[in-house]
Amino acid sequence: MSARERVAGNVANYVDERTGSAKWLKKTLTKVFPDHWSFMLGEIVLYSFIILLLSGTFLTFWFDPSMREVEYEGSYEPLSGLKMSAAYASTLHISFDVRGGLLMRQIHHWAALIFMAAMVAHLMRVFFTGAFRKPREFNWIIGVGLLTLGIVEGFLGYSLPDDLLSGTGIRIAEAIIQAIPVVGSYLAYFVFGGAFPGEMFIQRIYTVHILLIPGIFLALITAHLMLVWYQKHTQYPGPGRTEKNVVGYPLMPVYMAKAGGFFFIVFGVTAFLGAVASINPIWIYGPYTPGQIGAGSQPDWYMGWLDGLVRMAPPLETHAFGYTISWNILVPGLIIPGIIFTGMALYPFIESWMTGDKREHHLLDRPRNAPNRTALGAMSITFMLVTLINGGNDLLATHFDLSINQIMWFSRIGVFVLPPLAFVITKRICLSLQRADRELVLHGRETGRLVMLPHGEFIEVHEALSPERAYTLTQHEQPAAIAPVVEDENGVRNPKGAKAKLQARLSRAHSEQIAKPTAKDMLEIENHH
Amino acid sequence: MTNEIAPLTDPGLPEHVHRKADVDERAAKKAERQVGILFLLSVIGTLLFIFSYVGIDEDTFIFVPIMGTTNAHQLFLGLGLAMALFFIGMAAVHWAKTLMPDHEVIDVRKEQRSKDEDRADFVATVKERSAEAGLGRRPFIKRTMGLALGLVGLSPILLLRDLGPLPENELNETNWAAGTRLVTDPGDRPIKPSDLEVGGVVQVQPAFPEGKERHLDDIAKDSVLLIRIRPEEFNLDAERFSWTYEGIIAFSKICSHMGCAVALYEQSTKHLLCPCHQSTFDVTRAAKVIFGPAARPLPQLAITVDSEGYLVAKAPFNEAVGPSFWERDSK
Repeated sequence: MSARERVAGNVANYVDERTGSAKWLKKTLTKVFPDHWSFMLGEIVLYSFIILLLSGTFLTFWFDPSMREVEYEGSYEPLSGLKMSAAYASTLHISFDVRGGLLMRQIHHWAALIFMAAMVAHLMRVFFTGAFRKPREFNWIIGVGLLTLGIVEGFLGYSLPDDLLSGTGIRIAEAIIQAIPVVGSYLAYFVFGGAFPGEMFIQRIYTVHILLIPGIFLALITAHLMLVWYQKHTQYPGPGRTEKNVVGYPLMPVYMAKAGGFFFIVFGVTAFLGAVASINPIWIYGPYTPGQIGAGSQPDWYMGWLDGLVRMAPPLETHAFGYTISWNILVPGLIIPGIIFTGMALYPFIESWMTGDKREHHLLDRPRNAPNRTALGAMSITFMLVTLINGGNDLLATHFDLSINQIMWFSRIGVFVLPPLAFVITKRICLSLQRADRELVLHGRETGRLVMLPHGEFIEVHEALSPERAYTLTQHEQPAAIAPVVEDENGVRNPKGAKAKLQARLSRAHSEQIAKPTAKDMLEIENHH
Repeated sequence: MTNEIAPLTDPGLPEHVHRKADVDERAAKKAERQVGILFLLSVIGTLLFIFSYVGIDEDTFIFVPIMGTTNAHQLFLGLGLAMALFFIGMAAVHWAKTLMPDHEVIDVRKEQRSKDEDRADFVATVKERSAEAGLGRRPFIKRTMGLALGLVGLSPILLLRDLGPLPENELNETNWAAGTRLVTDPGDRPIKPSDLEVGGVVQVQPAFPEGKERHLDDIAKDSVLLIRIRPEEFNLDAERFSWTYEGIIAFSKICSHMGCAVALYEQSTKHLLCPCHQSTFDVTRAAKVIFGPAARPLPQLAITVDSEGYLVAKAPFNEAVGPSFWERDSK
């Protein structure tokens, strides 16, 4: 035994005698993780979160979350002598007078954008591959919660510097609170400690931004990862991969090295962006005052869809008996987002109800093999894109020399027309891809080699697929639609007949497939040759 | 549910293919060297970071193509950090990919559901233990406990009451009153009609008595835009026209939609545009909404001149300024 082994043995012995963890650790270190690039999206979210904690902690050492009015005396000349809040002044101080301060601010902001982008990409991966199905519904809901919190956290974060742009965003948030029927103005006064903007909100959202939400994040992320760990990761279908096994690389050493290394890569890339790509240059906007505004006021991208919805809302208000209900704020600002996020959270249950499928799933779907789900996803993305485009309609108008009114009308109509269109087109594409798969399995790959037969006919030589590939293309299930139970065997009408019919209808839409080739089909083809 | 037609058979995991470094000691040595070089690049990054922190002055500016003039201190600090981190990552990943075993391992997966006997056991335990607690037999405890737990949650909610005052009538009020002078913002100077040319626009606030300081809360509701056009261009009813003075019309600058500053005035069309959500108001028609999500015109302030010839408010706003709220009487 070498000296090093003896030391390692002593440490292990010391720990195990106090925790009894040898068996568990052994199992943990050899735990198997399937490998696929798309499984790294969630990792990026986790790593960005760590980067956010590190860079954010650095920023708190100088940031002064106060709306106390001060005179700026720092080294940024254009604002010298100007009256501003201590929050804004200290953000300028971090940017210009703390070594590495601007770098850390930019890393923090870039990490936030990457955090949100990776979260959305991860969500799409999970959705389109059906990874949210039983037994992973809890994790899906935790994920939707994280996404919602992420949007709020990001918004609060870029509101903290109290610059002209962020103050405008806060003003809009206040208007949304104020628009809530009956209690709106009371809530707004409680949140802001009086009339807008008051002198309280920066310190309040600071506590929420650096303590409350990060704490909830930490708890939810821990639960999310523990579930992934406990339920074992899903895997893509392929030869040797089944619902009953998990094929991949062990945690130690391969996954430790890969995942640990990937953390440094994500951090390195974020640091690079922070070094070379300027983001949120608050000194250009100036301090916040409610009487001014910058042209082209834009929220960060993950809020853009919400802003786009608000922009496209028709000017509807109800005035009755001396009270006012602002539909133009409530519908795009609260009702539609509420429907979107609730629907998203419930989707695993909706799909399971539609298909009647209550089994566990650990093998992922290829998106084309679930045409209805894929089309629903494409529909939602299209909806979000139209609203996002409208959220930037002023920038689009100035950059491409278009009229804002035209873009607004395009979005107002497009938001109803384009998503269903995307649904139909995506579903057709999925079915076409299924057809192509079927062709490929039955008739092989086109080689591009032309051969002249003895009687003069030209044919293209097709090459049979490898058994592995053929299996990958045909391993998926094609469940039949469920039939509605309108009457029982005694002819008594099912009291839930309408619901059963709806379920059957949805199930039919969901099970629309191109029949995949079977062993029998293959045999017939062989006999032909 | 499952497919009745026989699928193709699973050929099983494909055979493992050895990498070059697995079979060729020279390739393995080369990979080892590459990993080492990547780690060394990270070391260089850290050195660059340290050098930038202590060696490059904070106000050194250099010109970099594409980026333009850039602060060299922040730039090299960032590039050093990026290098230091990135190459550690690359080294680890390269190491894992070339030298660590790449045999795929198979682990079995159990169904999440517990065994039936465990589940039955669990249910039995819960039943037994809750019977021991005796809640079912002692309804008085059950009810009082429910009451106590339900009520205890009220205290923290009550504690939040002092987060802010009640709005009272504040949302309906501004600092404008009959006879309040209009003063420029910024500058705080009273203005005469002759100070504003046709086509001109200026932001004003109500004059405050000596000693009263103007806070952001005041600006958030008092801000007014003065716009001067030719009087014959107005398309107003008699009452609204009497609120203007020699072609000067005054509107609340706080958007009636969500409270942004309605800051963009287009002289040729006489439209006011809010940059937040593009609500567009027609100045000649008492700020009628002609486009966008705003549902109400901007409140108009009646103005006139005082005995010294300075512009003053004729009356306070006759409606609440800013975004809507439940108690707002919008008539």
